[in-house]
Order: sequence, then structure tokens, then C-alpha cells
Amino acid sequence: MCRRKAPCEGHQVLLRRDDVGTAKKAQLQLVHCSFIGEISLNLRLWKFDIRSERSGNDKGRRRRLRLRRARSSYLRRAPHHSGGHEARAEWRRRRVPFLLSSASCKILCPSQLPMDPAVDGPRQPPARAGSRLCTRCGERKAALKRPKTLEQICRECFYIVFEDEIHQTIVENNLFKPGDRVAIGASGGKDSTVLAYVLSELNHRHKYCLDLFLLSVDEGITGYRDDSLETVKRNEIQYGLPLKIISYKDLYGWTMDDIVKAIGLKNNCTFCGVFRRQALDRGAALLKVDKIVTGHNADDIAETVLLNILRGDIARLSRCTFITTGEDGPIPRCKPFKYTYEKEIVIYPYYAISHIFSCIYSPNAYRGFAREFIKDLERMRPRAILDIIKSGENFRISTTTRMPEQGTCERCGYISSQKLCKACVLLDGLNRGLPKLGVGRTKGVAGGDSDCEQQAKRPERSRSSLQGKHGNIDF
Amino acid sequence: MAAAAASSCGGAGCGPHCSSSSAAAVEDAAAAAAEKVGRLSLSRECGKCGGGAAVAVAGGLGLCGECFRANLFGKFKLAVTSNAMVRPTDSVLLAFSGGPASRVALQFIHEMRCKAIESWDVSNSQALPVFGVGVAFVDESVLCSKPRDEIEMAVEDIRSIVSSFSTGVKAMHIARLEDVFSTESEDGERRLREVVDMIGDDTGREDFLRCLRMLLLQKIAMENGYAKIMLGSCASAIACHVLSATVKEHYEIDNSTQGQGYSLPADVQYVDTRWEVPVVLPLRDCLAQELTLLCELDSLQTQQHLDRPSNGINSLVASFIKRLRRTTHLYSYYYHSQEENPSREHTIVRTAQKLKPFCFNKFSADGYHDFLPSRLRPKFQKVDNDESTFSEILCLMCGSPFSESELQNLESTKHKAQKKIDLYTAHCCQSCYFQILPAGENLNEHFFSLLPKLWTGKVDTISDSHSLLRDQIEEYLLEENDDGN
Repeated sequence: MCRRKAPCEGHQVLLRRDDVGTAKKAQLQLVHCSFIGEISLNLRLWKFDIRSERSGNDKGRRRRLRLRRARSSYLRRAPHHSGGHEARAEWRRRRVPFLLSSASCKILCPSQLPMDPAVDGPRQPPARAGSRLCTRCGERKAALKRPKTLEQICRECFYIVFEDEIHQTIVENNLFKPGDRVAIGASGGKDSTVLAYVLSELNHRHKYCLDLFLLSVDEGITGYRDDSLETVKRNEIQYGLPLKIISYKDLYGWTMDDIVKAIGLKNNCTFCGVFRRQALDRGAALLKVDKIVTGHNADDIAETVLLNILRGDIARLSRCTFITTGEDGPIPRCKPFKYTYEKEIVIYPYYAISHIFSCIYSPNAYRGFAREFIKDLERMRPRAILDIIKSGENFRISTTTRMPEQGTCERCGYISSQKLCKACVLLDGLNRGLPKLGVGRTKGVAGGDSDCEQQAKRPERSRSSLQGKHGNIDF
Repeated sequence: MAAAAASSCGGAGCGPHCSSSSAAAVEDAAAAAAEKVGRLSLSRECGKCGGGAAVAVAGGLGLCGECFRANLFGKFKLAVTSNAMVRPTDSVLLAFSGGPASRVALQFIHEMRCKAIESWDVSNSQALPVFGVGVAFVDESVLCSKPRDEIEMAVEDIRSIVSSFSTGVKAMHIARLEDVFSTESEDGERRLREVVDMIGDDTGREDFLRCLRMLLLQKIAMENGYAKIMLGSCASAIACHVLSATVKEHYEIDNSTQGQGYSLPADVQYVDTRWEVPVVLPLRDCLAQELTLLCELDSLQTQQHLDRPSNGINSLVASFIKRLRRTTHLYSYYYHSQEENPSREHTIVRTAQKLKPFCFNKFSADGYHDFLPSRLRPKFQKVDNDESTFSEILCLMCGSPFSESELQNLESTKHKAQKKIDLYTAHCCQSCYFQILPAGENLNEHFFSLLPKLWTGKVDTISDSHSLLRDQIEEYLLEENDDGN
């Protein structure tokens, strides 16, 4: 969505109340326009929005109400476009405290932080001689040590170099072409939040001319996903990107809470990962996008390389370091953060993240071993993370090794190297009360009478196949 | 570890068992093994022969001591015969470090030799001789901070272990690491200390010492007429090497970076013919745990007193693998699995095996395989055309094959190099450049002046012949920045 929509268009859309979707779009347009500060508001529309939106719980609604009221009362004071440069600058300055004070919006966009001394207050005093100076600009005092290179750098240069490296990655690898519709896999975690912000920034700054969307998956994990989805909804407003949420319950008939109850705390990540992958693809197909981007960072890819070596999965080892995967499949997906360190992604919003979410079921994942090892390695040699990725890229597989061939699933049509795709196999196992089906090395039925008894006792589950609500989606 | 290259798991993989081989230790080992067998809910009797208590797990079965031994010896023999590692006319130099893996290798090669002699005795033709075995020990005590008398006792132990094979072993060579520099001991010691001190990185230092060890073994083998060098590298050591190579340092050439993923397959195969004297790894399929257990069950004496603790990435990887091994047992206990839980080290080695090996990872000399029985020869006669396209340029120090970007850098440096030092630097792979070479122009020069002539000599010969050629045709060469005016 282009940021520079004319205000009068926004006004016309606002008048149509019956269509919730359009009203939402109007709300977003409004937010866009409000960043420029050129429009005055219709309070009645805001109330309409409050009624039409579902909220998860009372707390959510109250939070949202506060946001709405604060914003609307604030924006009532917004200057008209005739106010001039000073008025706009004043408004911009006052908008920043708004973002800070609202209880629900704590993720700051760093480039909007006060920088200009004339508008935003006095700058930091120039660095005294003898104190550490930034190695890039040599003017400002170094505020942090860059995790990737350990160079001492000021905050502003860090933002510049961070965004620049991502821009270089995008350009050198030809990730996008103008006019592409791109869905950002947004979980509400730090990676996807920063990705949404950076991508929309770079889209605007370097004129990629992309249509960006947020695509979120609701796995149904109480105490984790419901909180992080709030963040995604906030991102939708802040960055002005339309949001689509796909839930496991709708797609498969099972939430992760149910799955964990059925199989315990081991191997649940297998289910979640397989289901999420398909969910993202289906959501992207519904949005009719050309590409999916995910926030996988350098640490994630290094861990994946190690895991694939440890598991002997040579097929995945050859693919896991590609920056774009699935180019011969339905919707390709790419990872602009492939060379970005996780620590730098945490530093970028600079203490502005109020809470970093981590999945409550993840401590038992096998990936945890690889992660610990990578963290120890990083402490010893920061560049080791990039080295692992580069090593993975340089692996050449022997021609005598048998590799799996790509086909399609007989049941749902998704890409698969076997007769049935993994999601169908896992779902089958869950519905038949054989949760170990398709997990690990056990093939076929885990025999014995005990399983049959369990099957009888298990409550009837709606046999949802993947030809569900969303129809038989052709991939 | 002291002595032989890669015959350890970075010091943390093999058990810290010393040379004591008392009956109590054997009983403890057997008891611990039996408990492990019980935990995995396998039968208490040997799965193969049915008699005798199971003391070890291999191939999903509990095995008694005899069968376990036979299992390991079978793996050793299969590796040697199926890869044509040892010809009847060869003299094999075994690199002995005193650790369990090389001790078992010594035992097994001696047994193979005895069997070969027996069959030679009874055969009618006696046409082909039996291969010879020598043992080499690399004494790194100059870098060790232990007291002199302890070191001497440890070396005496090693000598006595080897001399117990009085008939089997042709000769024993104990060489000091500084001998790789020059024949005079004074100069060599000083040079070794100086060059090691110049390396700032712990991991770089360990890798450099490993390269020096290989060089020394090559020197001993060449001077004494050995045809093969046998290392006791076990699967655990190879797995550590695979992970270490994946994570090792890179160097940016023109913004393109490289890990060691390119050269990794070269070091993990059974056979490595890059060197003057080919190197073979017959214990590649055996785990360090199994070899340690065998040493305890059979009361094979080991000597690991001269092991140095390692601090770098290699030791981190070794402890990671150890933790994985423990976790595998934990998971199998949790699930009461009847199936074998394959060891993680085997999986890692198998993954590395699926990578493309280089042309020097097999014996390709004409007529090499003639000594084999005719039913085995066809296996070696397949020619893979792809492999002939790999470069033969190897790193000066570690011997890794050069990748494309390194080759390009070398080509451009060859023509433009003003000083010898640039040429030396270009002949080092990126990993060695970053880890081992000191930063700084003048330090670099000093460093190369200290290196063994066996390494720098190779580059000198190449550059001399190149400059000779250049002199001959100089009048016809145009300068690169000539605009054609």
C-alpha cells in the first residue's frame, strides 16, 4: 500500500459503513494519512470500528479502547495541512510521546525517534576527546559493539548499516521485482516485527514498489500465541499493512494445545512446523501473493545446517542455505535476514520491545542443543555463524547419493516427495489416535492392544481433512 | 592430544583413562557396560554366540567380550581390504599416540600381519611377501608444561608398549616435533616455540600443530621408505572434524566469504593420497567409546599422560558431541525402545560421506589394484569423469584443496606479486590465512621465515620456475594497465 494516498480518497471510503472490510481498509488509510497529518477525523467512525472488531478478552478490548480514544482525541488536535512545516514537525514530535505512552504500542520505529536538533530538542553533546568514537562516522560516541563484527558503533550508524546490509542482500539476490505482492510471515515475535518494519521502510526508501501484507498463523497456544497475535494486530496499524490470520483450528481441526495433550511434550515441534508451513502457503494462496518472506535469521539457518548434519538429512542440507526456496512450488519463500545476526535484530528496536515472546512448548525441542552450541560458538568466535552458513552453501552432494523427488500429495495436492504429504500423515495419525504416525523412524502402526483401547476411549474428533473450509486449493 | 594427527577426539571424547589396566578397572568397565545393556532392555546374554554375559552393545545386540572384539576387528579388516589400503609389498607406518584408538589400531594391524604370515607360511607359491609395519610416535613434550621426568617416563611407557610386539613391528621411530624444522635440536626448538607463540588464536594453534604433525609423519615415512601412513582416527574424531570444519573461520576475498565446506570431504574418507605418502584411516567406522571399552576389556595398555588440554573450537565441538551421545542414551531410555538408537557420530560421518569426495580420495595409480583377487578389482575400475575437474592446488599448510575463489586469488597474485610474502600468503587457504597467519605485514614475513622449508620450499620452486619463464618472455608481455598507446 502506497503511503501517499490523497486525503480526499480516504474521506470517501470512510463514508461507507456497511462493509467492515472496507472500513478496516479505511482505518488503515486513515493511519497512513495521519502520519502526514493532513486529515481531520470523524469520531463516529472510530466508534464503529470498536464495535465491529472482535477482541480476545476484556483486557484486549479495554486496551484497544484506550488506544482508540487516545489516538482519536489526539488526532482531533492534528494540524490541517495548511499548518505548514512547523506545525507538521510539532505534530511529529508530539506523536512520538503518544507511541511511548500508549500501553499497547511500545515498539518504536527507530528512524522516527527525535533526531533533528531544531525540532526535537538538543542533540547529544559532541563526544569528548579520548572517549570511544564510532568507527564509521567518527563523530558520535560509540554506543554499542556490533555482534557481527565487534566494531564499536553509534546508534545511528548501526541503524544505517543494519538496514543497508539487508537492502544489499535483497538487491544482490534479486529477491523481489517491482509490482510483487509479498506476504510477510508475522508471528508477533521480534524477527517478524522487525522484518515488517524494515521491509516497509526499505520498500518506501528504495522504491521496491511492493504490495506488502502481513500473514499470521494462530496455532492455538494459550498464553503465547494469543499475546503475540496482539502484537501483530498492532503492527497492522502501525505499519499500515493489511493482516490475515489463519488458524490451525479452522484448517486442521486441531490446536497445538490439543496436539500437545494428545502426544505430550516430545515431537510437538514436528507437528507445529509441518502444519505451519502448509498454513502459510494456504494463507498466501488466499491472499494471492507472489512471494512469502519469513524472518529466519543467520542463527536459525546455522542451527538448521547443524541439525541436518546431525540427523543425516542430506536432502535438506543441500536446500537449507538457499535464500529463496520453493521456486518450483506454488509460492516461493525467501529470507532477507539470512545474513543478519539474531542479536542485531534484538538490538535494532533498542530496548523498545516490552516483551520477547518465546513458545512455551519449545524447551524440549532438539533444536535447543544446536542453539546452545551456536551460542557458545558465537561467544568464542562471532563470525562462526556466517561460516556455518557459508560451509552449508559450499557442500557439494555426491552424484551417487539418492535424493527424494518432488511430487504432489494424493489427498490435498500440496507438494510432497511421498505419496501423502507430511501434514496429511500427521493429521491422519492424530485423528486415528496414533500420534506417533509419521514422527521419527517408526513406520506404520505402533502395534499392540493398548493403542486400540486408547483409540476407543478417545473422543470423536471431527475428521477434518485438508479439503476443508478453504476448499481444495490448487497449488 | 600428543603425537599422531587426529587420533583423538580433541581430548574430551575418549575417556580419561590412564595407563593403569588393573583388574578392578576391567571389572568396572564390564559392570558399567552391562548396566547400559540392561538399561536398553536388551538380553543379558550375548546376542551372537549365546554364551557369556553381554558386556557391550554393537549393531543393536548385546555382545560378549569375544564377539565384541571380533566385531571391531571385522570392521577394521573390512576397511583395509575393501579399500585396498595395504598391498603385500607395502611397509606401513602406524602413527601411535598412546591413546586407545591408535593402541587398538596397533593391535589389529599386528594381528592381521600375524595371520598373513601364517597363510604365507602354508601357501605353496610364497610369491607375494607380507607387508611390514613400523610405528612412529611424535614427541611434543617441548610444548608441554609437565616436569621433565614425567615426560620421560611417559615416553618410556610408549616404547615398552611397542616393544612388546617384538616380532611384528619392524622399527619404532620416536621423533620430536621440532625435527620438522631442521636437524639441529637447538634451532628447531626455538623456532617451534616462536612460531607457535605468533599464532594468536587457540584453535588456529591446534590446527597448526596438527599440520606440523602430519608433516613430520610424512618426513619419517619418506626417510625410512614407508609406503603408507596409517592413522587411528575413529568415527568420533571424524565427526568432531566434520563439525569443526563446518564452523571454522573464513576470510573475505572481495566480499565473498567461504566456510570450509568445500574442502571438508577431503579429510573424512578412508584414503587420502594428497600427500607424498598416502594416508589411510582403517578405524573410521569404530566409535571412540567402543575402542576405549576394548582397551579395558583386553587390558591393552594406553598412555595419555602427555595430552594437553585444548581450549578452542575443537574442544567445544568435542564436548557437544559428548553431550549428544548422552542425550541419545537418555532418549532411548525414556522410550524403552527396542530398536537400535544409532549413534550420532555414525550419522554425522554418514552425512559427510554423502558429500563429493576428491580425486585424491582413492588410489588411482595404474596397476595399483593388481594385487587384489580378480573378483574385487572391478569395483575400483569405475572412472568418475566429474572428479577429474577438481583442482590439484592444495593449501601450503593444511593441504585443503583450493576452491574457485581461492584459485582466482592465487592466479591474480602470481602475476602481480611484488614480494615472496604475497605469494606465500596466496598459497594458504582462507581458513589458515585467518586462523593461523598473524595479522600485520612484517609479522607475516617473520612467520614465513620460521616455517619449515618443506612447506616454503614448494612455493619457492614454483615461483622460481615461473619467474624463469617470465624472464624468457618478458619482452613480449604487455603491462596490465597499458592502454594500448
